[in-house]
Amino acid sequence: MTITAPALAGAAVRPRGPLGEAVLHALTAAEPADRETLARQAEAALRSCSDITTDEDIQLALFLLYASAYGTLDGLEADREWEPALIAVRLMLESAFERALRTRVTVPDLPEPTADAVARELFALVAADDGPSLFRHLARRATADQAREFLMQRSIYTLREAYPHSWAIPRLSGSPKAALVEIQSDEYGGGRPDRVHAELFAKALRGAGLDDTYGAYVDDVPAITLASLNMMSMFGLNRRLIGAIVGHLAAFEMTSSIPNRLYADGLRRLGFEDDVTDYFDEHVEADAVHEQIAARDLAGGLAAQHPHLLPDIMFGAAACLAIDGAVAGHMLDAWERQSSSLRTAVTP
Amino acid sequence: MSASAPQPTITPYPDGPLLLRGDVVLQTADGEVIPRRRRTVALCRCGLSAIKPFCDGTHKAAGFRTED
Repeated sequence: MTITAPALAGAAVRPRGPLGEAVLHALTAAEPADRETLARQAEAALRSCSDITTDEDIQLALFLLYASAYGTLDGLEADREWEPALIAVRLMLESAFERALRTRVTVPDLPEPTADAVARELFALVAADDGPSLFRHLARRATADQAREFLMQRSIYTLREAYPHSWAIPRLSGSPKAALVEIQSDEYGGGRPDRVHAELFAKALRGAGLDDTYGAYVDDVPAITLASLNMMSMFGLNRRLIGAIVGHLAAFEMTSSIPNRLYADGLRRLGFEDDVTDYFDEHVEADAVHEQIAARDLAGGLAAQHPHLLPDIMFGAAACLAIDGAVAGHMLDAWERQSSSLRTAVTP
Repeated sequence: MSASAPQPTITPYPDGPLLLRGDVVLQTADGEVIPRRRRTVALCRCGLSAIKPFCDGTHKAAGFRTED
């Protein structure tokens, strides 16, 4: 019997500049990467970029480096995951990315480090967010083509939903750990493979006539969409940012149940069937549970346990709102101009 | 209930739903069983949910407040 390696789907992702090209080569080629060449490419990319969250070359490079850690793209060599030259590049890019996020995001006044005060502050932060409202557009006005674009944009994260936050599980202890596992267990279907949220989303893509292969639409989405996942991956993979990934999950869950009801309404209005709307309907009920646990037991519990993490908990939450707001704004702006939110015109 | 199964709990979350954990059968006024699709469920406390008895987050938009 012959066992063949998976097809080179990862290698099919197209670089968007010299850095992405060098990183992709280092992740896929037989010969080891040259540390100095890679570092020079990263330095040059960082020097010439004005906004790292919308820099196509850098965000794709980061996406590929994280894909290597998750193992979410076939064709990336597993033994390159800890390749020092690639880790060095990732640290350079992450340092600039984190600095940009901390500059951009306004962190609210810190509450007392108690579960109750932190939960109340997080709910207030989310309620005060006046970012662009993608769900209202989907509910009332979006066309079927725009709904498909929305699903393609979402596929970058949602086909791998919950992955970045799971990195935090072994780094927590006590009640915040139990709270995160309670949420993640539900994300992963509570023991039922057909209820895994990422699988429900794959079904939605198929129902809408789209490709449910992970990475199928990477080439089509803009840097800001990759930045949204890259931010979660950075918060999740770096133990020193444990507060930020916890705060991120809280804000993410807290901006989910009502929007998902409106996404489901919009998709039904456009004639999509249950196989497409199931994912969204599921999240109305699920995230009304998760947001309570995430705000109070996870984020609040962690702040009570380790008060020094409170600033990063609030930063992670505010960063989630800022970047996901920018992703929504990108789509709404494009549609306002009667154009596509994708980088390339796609025929589903 | 076996000795190892913990007691079910109902926990009020301030300004929000009641979280129900553990082995409890939910039923309608007519005694019909309401299927539970997850281990921990949130029960509506504001009366405005469109998916009662479960919470759908509407209490936030409605400004629902509890005294805890």
